[in-house]
Amino acid sequence: MTLLIGAVTVGLILSLLALGIFISFRIFEYSDITADGSITLGAAVTAVLLVHGVHPIVATGVAALAGSAAGATTGIIHTRFGINRLLSGILVMTALYSINLHVMGRSNVPLVEQRSLATIAEHAATRVLGATGDVRVMGWEITVRDLAMLGFALTAAVATGALLYGFFKTDLGAAMQAAGDNAQMIRALGVNVENMIVLGLAISNGLVALSGALLAQYQGFADVQMGIGMIVWGLASVIIGEALIGVRQLGFLIAGAIMGSVLFRLLVAIALRAGLDPNDLKLVTAIFVFAALVLPSLMKRLPHRRRAAAGAA
Amino acid sequence: MLTIDAVRKTFNPSSPNEVRALGGVTLTIAEGSFVVVIGTNGSGKSTLLNAVAGTFFVDTGRLVLDDTDITRWPEHRRAAMIGRVFQNPFSGTAPHMTIAENLVLAARRGQGRALGWALRKSVRDELRERVSRLRLGLESRLDNEIGSLSGGQRQALTLLMASWLRPKLLLLDEHTAALDPRSAEHVIDLSEEIVGRDKLTTLMVTHSMQQASNLGDRLIMMHKGTVLHDFSGAEKARLRPADLLARFESVRRAELLDESAAAMLRRAYA
Repeated sequence: MTLLIGAVTVGLILSLLALGIFISFRIFEYSDITADGSITLGAAVTAVLLVHGVHPIVATGVAALAGSAAGATTGIIHTRFGINRLLSGILVMTALYSINLHVMGRSNVPLVEQRSLATIAEHAATRVLGATGDVRVMGWEITVRDLAMLGFALTAAVATGALLYGFFKTDLGAAMQAAGDNAQMIRALGVNVENMIVLGLAISNGLVALSGALLAQYQGFADVQMGIGMIVWGLASVIIGEALIGVRQLGFLIAGAIMGSVLFRLLVAIALRAGLDPNDLKLVTAIFVFAALVLPSLMKRLPHRRRAAAGAA
Repeated sequence: MLTIDAVRKTFNPSSPNEVRALGGVTLTIAEGSFVVVIGTNGSGKSTLLNAVAGTFFVDTGRLVLDDTDITRWPEHRRAAMIGRVFQNPFSGTAPHMTIAENLVLAARRGQGRALGWALRKSVRDELRERVSRLRLGLESRLDNEIGSLSGGQRQALTLLMASWLRPKLLLLDEHTAALDPRSAEHVIDLSEEIVGRDKLTTLMVTHSMQQASNLGDRLIMMHKGTVLHDFSGAEKARLRPADLLARFESVRRAELLDESAAAMLRRAYA
């Protein structure tokens, strides 16, 4: 049970990563690998600020802003200097590796005694439930800490999803969506598409860094290696979410990304439990994303080929 | 209203693909006039429209719209004054957004976009009313994605979007060339209706001699990046498709003559 709750909690925390990737990948069709660096940046900034006694809410907010700055940098490198999308992300991601080491001062910062959003949530839950240690929920023994983190992560994911949905319904958000959908059209309607890309990547990486900040506080440490392959995890969540929901409307896609992230973590937990070598996890994930990206177009071509073969015979 | 002053544009300069697209075009377009531009392929008529819209910056010359020098303005900034319909019916709308969302984007053309609700309740009635004037029955489908509509429907909506805020200048770039004849006719009718009602200053490029003779109060014929003929008033009104074809034919003959003369000279001096 603890394993299950842990997986769902991490899935919810990483759903912010999935929402960030959703913006870059689905709104702008931009594979923004900056995410690998900015999730670590979020974790690193939060961890260091917490160690220095900064209030957890402030630390988390600053982490998100740092991620936004990283995303904006990628956007500016791409739009102002005409460097290809993928390469501008790679440049910033690579630079962030050194920056993250500088921020942390070493490769790993543990958070043991520090007050964090995790401990705040735990205190709040203890006060509300009037219990410490374990509580029984529907016949299961669950620690208050796990329950508190689950509730907190759920709130964060739902609130962020709702905010994002609301944003895309504003004048600015609609213009951003249109900039990804048809740049020529929205330019003719007076929108600076380049600025929209910069802003979009800033929001995207802000969410990714926020995800990293929450993850660090949940797992109790920040590590310079923690971001490797995160973009693929985010992509997997977005793709699973789309398959799960099947409706290509904004609200459903956002809800789908959150659910996809949770389902993906559950699948990972089950696979590891069933004996998957943790070292193979990223390989399996990459193969999964590859298959998910290729299958739809392959499916479309298959009957075509069969028809062609029938025609030849 | 619009002054195009000695505008030149060469694409891929000093390379094997060098194309002199505009070779010193000068035009003054009065407020409220409807100017039709025709020309052979590669005559620079679409390039002229793109130069005005700001798709690229011109090499030399000046563009002045409504007493404002817009020569160095980027495209999105000019959009505050210019409404535009493209040749490709898919270029003017965002396919994954609904009809209503697209229209609301157009209703803020050239204005600031902040965190106000895009689809305010109050605008829905206006949307329905104006969409119904397109006579396509789209007013009951405002929440459908635009991608599900036909090219003709999308082009009619693009026209509505381009004219929503009464632009200082309306650019129509062969906007019916990619449509089936019936849709093309409908979109032309709508264009005439909207331009006439709002008295929009309009610059329209077309391939159709029929449209060129029926529409507008002035006709520009372009050839090789320059203005060859400029008809207006009674002269424009008298022009029939056959006259225009005759003009094109004479251009073609002159060119053939040029070529044979050049060939003769080459033979003589080789």
